[in-house]
Amino acid sequence: MKSMSLLSVRNLKKYFPIGRKFSPGRGGSIRAVDGVSLEVQRGQIVGLVGESGCGKTTAGRAILRLIEPTEGRVLFDGEDLTAARGPDLKRFRRRIQIVFQDPYSSLDPRMSVFRIIKEPLDNFFSELNSRQKRDRVAETLGRVGLLPEHMTRFPHEFSGGQRQRIALARTLVSQPELIVCDEPVSALDVSIQAQVINLLKKLQRELNLSLIFISHDLAVVEYLCDPIAVMYLGRIVEISPKESLYKKPLHPYTEALLSAVPIPDPVLEKKRRVTVLSGDVPSPLNSPRGCAFHPRCSLETDACKELRPELEEVLPDHWVACLVRGTKTKEVQEDASS
Amino acid sequence: MDHLLEVRDLSVSFHLLEGIVPAVAKVDLVLDEGEILGIVGESACGKSVTARSIMRIIPTPPGRINSGRVLFEGRNLMELPEEEMQEVRGEKISMIFQEPMTSLNPAFTVGDQISEVFRFHHRTSKAEAWEKAVEELRRVEIPDPEKRARSYPHELSGGMRQRVMIAIALACRPRILIADEPTTALDVTIQAQILKLIAQLQREIGMSVMLITHNLGIVASLAQRVAVMYAGRIVEEGPAEIIFNDHHHPYTRGLLRSVPRLDLPQRDLQEIQGTVPRLNDLPEGCTFSNRCDFVMDLCRRQESELRPVGEGHVSRCWLDQRVW
Repeated sequence: MKSMSLLSVRNLKKYFPIGRKFSPGRGGSIRAVDGVSLEVQRGQIVGLVGESGCGKTTAGRAILRLIEPTEGRVLFDGEDLTAARGPDLKRFRRRIQIVFQDPYSSLDPRMSVFRIIKEPLDNFFSELNSRQKRDRVAETLGRVGLLPEHMTRFPHEFSGGQRQRIALARTLVSQPELIVCDEPVSALDVSIQAQVINLLKKLQRELNLSLIFISHDLAVVEYLCDPIAVMYLGRIVEISPKESLYKKPLHPYTEALLSAVPIPDPVLEKKRRVTVLSGDVPSPLNSPRGCAFHPRCSLETDACKELRPELEEVLPDHWVACLVRGTKTKEVQEDASS
Repeated sequence: MDHLLEVRDLSVSFHLLEGIVPAVAKVDLVLDEGEILGIVGESACGKSVTARSIMRIIPTPPGRINSGRVLFEGRNLMELPEEEMQEVRGEKISMIFQEPMTSLNPAFTVGDQISEVFRFHHRTSKAEAWEKAVEELRRVEIPDPEKRARSYPHELSGGMRQRVMIAIALACRPRILIADEPTTALDVTIQAQILKLIAQLQREIGMSVMLITHNLGIVASLAQRVAVMYAGRIVEEGPAEIIFNDHHHPYTRGLLRSVPRLDLPQRDLQEIQGTVPRLNDLPEGCTFSNRCDFVMDLCRRQESELRPVGEGHVSRCWLDQRVW
């Protein structure tokens, strides 16, 4: 095994039971996250991409134990986060933080910027006196490109981009090692997106942070993340170093996803070939048997309807869960058919 | 040649508690037969208000159209009595919106909602309207249209709902379709489906499309001509190739350089400094002057008109030529 990862997610599952309170699971369950495994090394920005409903946000929250995972383990710095309770869990909380998508709802409108950013210090650094806390808040504001005089203001006085900076300052002030960024720029305007993305990149470098960057925007993920995991219906279907993924996507879903992004250049657009997928993403309530992608897939074989592909390494560090594009699974297939 | 639609000197403001907000100022636009015009800009740049003013669906109050003419088929839509305007809407000019769930009525089946168009505009019988509605669903490539016509909006996925919206909008074969962020609420793979459908129907029907979006990629893939809006004004307009590859206005340049692109080798994202100014607190002179890399003294004093800078290409900037 390689040097120990900062975060190691093993076979994480989150099922939401359907049915009434007293008969949970009666109507089956939604398999929002269905066996996700992921490694994050120190200093990495791992991208988690997928369309709405693929489970990327649920996965992010289950890793932090903001929702309790149904199954699976999360190891942080070698320790089991899934088993932590009370003070142990609180220690993890300081080291893993999260930034949410919508900076309008993630900041308390009744708290001043100072109080918003100071709160984690009260929680995790109670040994600091109020002067030290104030200095820490001012310093953190500077890091995210805001001014100390912004401390006395309230969230409504800021634009979306500035609010996201405040949210970022709040996570940074507790000196985390890992930040889960859940669509942090999706609610922002194009010109402001670039500011926040560049800021994230700068902070990550300066503080040697590790990030899990959850997004539906393939271009943003390509710019920021390496490696990248693609999710579909609760599972990772492909995970690979950036270069390899964008040059040679192996999973037909990744291919379609990449080809569906329009390029801001009319000349190139005329030449672009789009693989238009038919149909919609099936409901995770009754995801198809076999490979979950087979009803929309152009490479579909009979085996895809029956066998669920596992991730396997096809190119160096480039893993794909596909019966057609995989290699080892071919043998399994032949075994099964004989 | 006469234009199909001409918007001249449109100014719209909203009278709110915090003051008068000039949402759209001095907008001139033309749309030709069979053309797809893209209108791009960030939130609050006035692109949706412009479109809604053309349809005359700005809530008044608080909105107020201060000036402007919208010439269509020899008439000024701004002066039309409401009853006549209702015949234009949906019959001649149609609109689709960003969020198909809130634009559809949750209490009626989609078949009913499409039938309504025929019953209102063509006074068709109920049965005939229903048949036509099913036909329209088939046209927007909804599988099993007979069954789907009896569905309620909540039973459909986001992509299907937007198809229903398109079916309603195109039921009367309008001459103009205004699409306001038609795919913003949808996933990329569904977005690709809807864009393909719009392009295909545009060719079949031969209508003109006004495509409003913040997504530069979508504009590049569909539009022949592009208008870029900033702070309620059109700041640059021209043929799509020119706007993307040989633009003149520093804002257009900034916008294009601030989006990450999949097709180019990694480069640094160039952000536009500062934030979009509040509309009731615009800088003196050029509205972009406080964020512009090439600002001159003149820019801070006076705003430029839209000046011709090339063949069919205008820009609201004092720069004589590009300086980058």
